[in-house]
Amino acid sequence: MTIADPVLQGLVDSLNAAYGLCLDDGRLEEWPEFFVEDCLYQVIARENVDNGLPAAVMYCDSKGMLVDRVVALRHANVFPEHFSRHLISRAVVTGSDGNTVTAEASYAVLQTRNDGETRIYNAGKYVDRFLITDGTAKLVSRTCVYDTHRIATLLATPI
Amino acid sequence: MNSHVRVEAQRSIPTAIDYKVYHDPEIFAAEQSNVFKGRTWCYLGLEAEIPNAGDFRTSHVGETPVVLVRGQEDKVFAWVNRCAHKGATVCRSLRGNQADGAFVCVYHQWAYDSEGTLVGVPFRRGMKGVGGYDKDFNPANHSLEKLRVESYKGMIFGTFSSEMEALEDFLGPVMRKYIDRVFHRPIKVLGYARQYMSGNWKLYSENSRDSYHGALLHLFYPTFGIYRQSQDSSGELAEQGFHNVFTVSKPKGDIDYTSFGDEANREMQGATKLQDERLLQFRPEIDDDVGLHIQSLFPNVVLQQIQNTLATRQIVTHGPDKTELVWTYFGYADDNEETTRHRLRNLNLVGPSGLISMEDGEAVELCQQGTIGAEGKYNFIEMGGDDVREYYAPMGMDENAVRGFWKGYLELMGDALSSSTVERPA
Repeated sequence: MTIADPVLQGLVDSLNAAYGLCLDDGRLEEWPEFFVEDCLYQVIARENVDNGLPAAVMYCDSKGMLVDRVVALRHANVFPEHFSRHLISRAVVTGSDGNTVTAEASYAVLQTRNDGETRIYNAGKYVDRFLITDGTAKLVSRTCVYDTHRIATLLATPI
Repeated sequence: MNSHVRVEAQRSIPTAIDYKVYHDPEIFAAEQSNVFKGRTWCYLGLEAEIPNAGDFRTSHVGETPVVLVRGQEDKVFAWVNRCAHKGATVCRSLRGNQADGAFVCVYHQWAYDSEGTLVGVPFRRGMKGVGGYDKDFNPANHSLEKLRVESYKGMIFGTFSSEMEALEDFLGPVMRKYIDRVFHRPIKVLGYARQYMSGNWKLYSENSRDSYHGALLHLFYPTFGIYRQSQDSSGELAEQGFHNVFTVSKPKGDIDYTSFGDEANREMQGATKLQDERLLQFRPEIDDDVGLHIQSLFPNVVLQQIQNTLATRQIVTHGPDKTELVWTYFGYADDNEETTRHRLRNLNLVGPSGLISMEDGEAVELCQQGTIGAEGKYNFIEMGGDDVREYYAPMGMDENAVRGFWKGYLELMGDALSSSTVERPA
């Protein structure tokens, strides 16, 4: 096993930590800024990935579509009031080529609704491709492959 | 004591249902026998999910676990996933291929063929003359519980009832016409999503038949200024009342957005613009302008086409307040990669994260929570009248199909529910 460049490792882990906290703090409008313009974000069941099936519950292949998600959440969609809490593992850098880094990290999203109970809402892993420019990382693609294929009620806030 | 008039469920047209039906464990149990194992055909899956001999997928009829298998001669079988020996789950995977066609219970290795017939019992004669079953033991009497299976246009249904009419007759000509519409050419499965709601299955069944809530609960279209309640819509019911189909056609001619003001809801003005309109792009691929087709087939499936999304939604009842919705998304077999990507983009609209549908899960739970302890109190389903019509043009202003659901449901439940249905004093 090779040890990843500590600088790349740090960039990826820092992005993941900031990403989780951004969503958990409810700063949804900032969330698309973790991505490049021509990006892909998807949330897909592991049972689909394992069977070579492409259907995802969220599939956004442009930054504009991420913004549309956020606007819909703020103004249109109705869902249980809740807090999210992301626990994200240290990333495993799986490759790097020029400015591009690929990495994977496990996550668990806990959810607390108005009844006050905190539940394990969604567990899975991020399969990511980052673009590194001027010492900062941005997501070119993030695929959230979730193990929790029985989604409780609905999935509104991005993972 | 009770001021409500008790009536025979069979004669009532239900515009008022006791909230007890969403909570009562005895009613839930009666539904398992009268509805799911009664005189109905329950949806089990798609032919396209099990294309090859030996392919199987687990499924449910109500709360009962069943397995759907394609046998060696291309025939599809379904049996209850419960070993005839000790009741253990026989098939433990969600799906797969059993190339030898044998399903073996891990506990004592009783082996069944794809039809569910017992074909092998270890140590049936005992060992060295000791133990074993009596010589009268006949494996044929110890098979898995088998369902009758029929399919229509690739949708597979099963029934526990030996007296049930043919599937085609149960669906009827109107429902068949709309199934034909979606399955006009071969399909391929794109994947699954499972949604678990803390609510009763009938709340979801009402929801999928309820055209009234569309533009009121689901605010995505109006928020982005892309919805008119005055689009052409139509609703049709099967003879029994409990199947329905609701369609909305793409408006012909120019769209007049100024009409929004007249039809204003909570947020109707559409100040916001979509950044990426590909999300909503609709490419008609069936020979009509229908952009939304929601077809509820009693008791356990919804077939949909919304824009270019195609899906079945199977309702699994895990308990009075636990309902799982299994979404099976599909496209057409001849879709190229670009068309598939277009469907994936459109899929943002539907499913557990659907921009125009996620609220349904919340609505189900709100009704479940709100009706706790409300036994003896009744809902009110009189939007658009108090009768059940086979054709209506709801324009979103009608609960005809919800009444149709209850009409069919009450007929099946019969005496099991007669004390729960009332006719309100005029």
